[in-house]
Amino acid sequence: MNPLLQAAGSLVLALALFTANSVQAAESLTVMTHDSFNVSKKLIATFEKENGVTIRFLKSGNAGAALIQAILSKNNPLADIFYGVDNIFLSRALKADIFRPYNSPLLTKISDDLKLDTSNRLLPVDYGDVCLNYDKAWFAKRAIAPPRNLADLIKPEYKGLTVVENPATSSPGVAFLLATIETFGDEGYLQFWKDMRTNDVVVAAGWNDAYFGHFTAASKGDRPIVVSYASSPPAAVYYSETPLEEAPTAAVLTDGSAFRQIEFIGILKGSKNIALAEKFVDFMLSKPLQEDISLKMFVFPSNMEAQLPDVFIKHAKVAQKPAMIAPERIEAMRDNWIDAWTTAVLR
Amino acid sequence: MLLKKLPTGWLLFSLPFLFLLVFYCYPLLNIFTYSFSPTDAGTTGTLSKLFTTPTYARILWFTIWQAALSTVITLILAIPGAYVFAKFRFFGKNFLQALMTVPFVLPTVVTAAAFRALLGKGGVVNTTLMSVFDLTLPPINIEQTVTFFLLAHVFYNYTMVLRIVASFWASLDPSLVTAARMLGASPWTAFRKITLPLLLPAIGSAALLVFIFCFTSFGVVLILGGPGYATVEVEIYRQAIQLFNLPMAAALSLIQICFNFLLMWLHAWLSRKSRVTFFSDTPGTAISSQNSSPQKIAISCNIIFMLALLILPLTALVLSSFTGENGFTLGYYKQLFSGETDSLFYVAPISSVLNSIGFALTAMLFSLILGISSATFLASGSKRRSNLWDAFIMLPLATSAVTLGFGYIITLNAPPLNLRDSLIIVPIAHTLVAFPFVVRCVLPGLRQIPSNLREAACMLGAAPLTVWRHIDFPLIKRAILVGAIFAFSISMGEFGASSFLTRPHTPTMPVVIFRFLSQPGNLNYGQAMAMSCILMLVTCSSFWIIGKFSQTQHS
Repeated sequence: MNPLLQAAGSLVLALALFTANSVQAAESLTVMTHDSFNVSKKLIATFEKENGVTIRFLKSGNAGAALIQAILSKNNPLADIFYGVDNIFLSRALKADIFRPYNSPLLTKISDDLKLDTSNRLLPVDYGDVCLNYDKAWFAKRAIAPPRNLADLIKPEYKGLTVVENPATSSPGVAFLLATIETFGDEGYLQFWKDMRTNDVVVAAGWNDAYFGHFTAASKGDRPIVVSYASSPPAAVYYSETPLEEAPTAAVLTDGSAFRQIEFIGILKGSKNIALAEKFVDFMLSKPLQEDISLKMFVFPSNMEAQLPDVFIKHAKVAQKPAMIAPERIEAMRDNWIDAWTTAVLR
Repeated sequence: MLLKKLPTGWLLFSLPFLFLLVFYCYPLLNIFTYSFSPTDAGTTGTLSKLFTTPTYARILWFTIWQAALSTVITLILAIPGAYVFAKFRFFGKNFLQALMTVPFVLPTVVTAAAFRALLGKGGVVNTTLMSVFDLTLPPINIEQTVTFFLLAHVFYNYTMVLRIVASFWASLDPSLVTAARMLGASPWTAFRKITLPLLLPAIGSAALLVFIFCFTSFGVVLILGGPGYATVEVEIYRQAIQLFNLPMAAALSLIQICFNFLLMWLHAWLSRKSRVTFFSDTPGTAISSQNSSPQKIAISCNIIFMLALLILPLTALVLSSFTGENGFTLGYYKQLFSGETDSLFYVAPISSVLNSIGFALTAMLFSLILGISSATFLASGSKRRSNLWDAFIMLPLATSAVTLGFGYIITLNAPPLNLRDSLIIVPIAHTLVAFPFVVRCVLPGLRQIPSNLREAACMLGAAPLTVWRHIDFPLIKRAILVGAIFAFSISMGEFGASSFLTRPHTPTMPVVIFRFLSQPGNLNYGQAMAMSCILMLVTCSSFWIIGKFSQTQHS
């Protein structure tokens, strides 16, 4: 017909051949995970070489979407391993009964307060604190003291300064809502949010909209306070255009003002290669990989022996007493909390 | 004659029909069955709230009125533009046409950034107004309002209406209007009584597409409208991903599908009823380059409007990709090639460009084959049946991406359709939403061709394919080109399905942009903007080449 169509036709053929050629090597292990997963090429290549295996990664949308796909494909699993269940969805994942227990020898090196699943079906890999970040320069310029805790946000001097994520559509949004529930209690948190509304809070759909769309330190936004992570200040330094001595932002990590989000890994029940899958889980908890992920995903390692990279040591802090809520309680109450929040803040 | 015609029609339709059966009906049916089966351990939700609380009725009502309003505004603004593009030749027309398709491929987050840079509280317009009029507060305050996302809907859909209507308008015979004017009709009367009725099929087609697009709007409403507004699509996402209430998500998807099906059926029925049988054997002779001064004013007004609507936000984007902390920089573009090359999922930007183009060309090819054969079938089949099939073909556009995505997960991961890990799944998913566009572009033109013309050719002994090549094809060539352009750009810009289905090592450009936007730091933001500009450039130049190519074919 016409040359354009011919070109496209040969392209389809090439694609088909390519697909046919990509038939897997002798052994392969599939890891299902979310969009944000990242590690060094080198480490994975070493693991593949040592074990004579090809690792395939299946990224399936955000953390919630990926988990649901793992649950939906329960009868015909897409993967051997799932990485990226967090403590907000932990109960849902366990209830769906898609993981098999594994008592990894490396569990001894992991701090006990991260181990939320006593049956060891889900093993903690890393954690991060969801907390307030503020634009240091903005507050310094106006000689206003930056917020120290959640209760500060509803004071008149912080009117119109905060942007949060909608817990109905965003994972840090839920985490921050949980922090307020833990701080102000079941009776008080709705009043706090009603006051936030009076204090002109902006609610963004998701993290990237809040951070890159509204936060003064990241774009032309007009909000100097944003809900982000404790690891965002070092990330802002690491991904800075020009080398920075000091982080442009700071995290608010006073007792109870951050919510600790823990990410877990688990072996899926239908896996046909359990020995290898267990090796991979050990690998994920081992020191080299644990030291690698901080700079790749901006999270804190669960293995206590892992050293933090320099940029973390200089610019990152973790919360001493983060807010934590038992996964069972989150699972039982989450929908009610989000509904109540939606009514109080948006309607 | 009739006996000979029917089987050919069905033969033509068998391919699109099979495609829809396998990649639409089968996964959807499966996910619905799964969602509504109460015994399954995975599902926890209930349907009780659907009718007992007013929330869902309110969401449906909001979805309908915002879609209707967006459609009306887009039509009013785009039809004058279509007139200019159909009737006049002017400097830079081809380039402008290519540029206008760019909004279509931009991810919502990027569009939002562009609009904020322009109209946000700290945006260019506000800061200029504040300094000129010495104001203390920004005068324009439309962030997180209905106005903001209506504007974005116009921004996204303006081109679609313009292209579909203009390509049809250009093929109308101007002699009727000239005759009417000679008989004393005013230009307005001539437009109202003659041109408008003739244009209705194309306007209807375009309006239907805009309506469905805005009805299923997800990112635009979510980000620009703010959390106070939710369309049915947003609610389905919330129910499925956050609450894991699959029965509710499925029920809402069904409501969405049924509503749009009825609407599309109504459209198919109306467009047949109101059909004006008018045929011109000398299409597209009206283009003129010598214009009178009122015409010049009309052209300039439209071009200025297009520039304001399209170029200003896009310029804001381009500027931010070149603006670092200390003014002008090429750093973001350089970083794209040298960034975290040690990362497992690092892809050189050039390879994501090639991925995107490869997927888009494949999806375009599939869409053209399926779209043209469906349109030919619809134009020739019996009336009532064809209305039904017409609406059926459009269904993928009105179906929630999340629901269908889950359907793919539970059906396409097992033999005989083990496609979850195959590269071909991405263009297939794109084709599903792109080929209805081709149908809508081509069908109005095909219906204008009187059947006796084809019959005459048949009687003279021409084979069906020869008839098609010599009679149908030349008359719908322009429409096919527009359809191809939209199929290509839908695939270039698609994010929802791509993020579910692409393999991590072969990401498309929108997927790469999202990867950058998921971590703090101005390098990430800058690289996302730079990548968006490359996406714009690639799209724009592809269309410019297609435009040039089709022009050389004309002459």
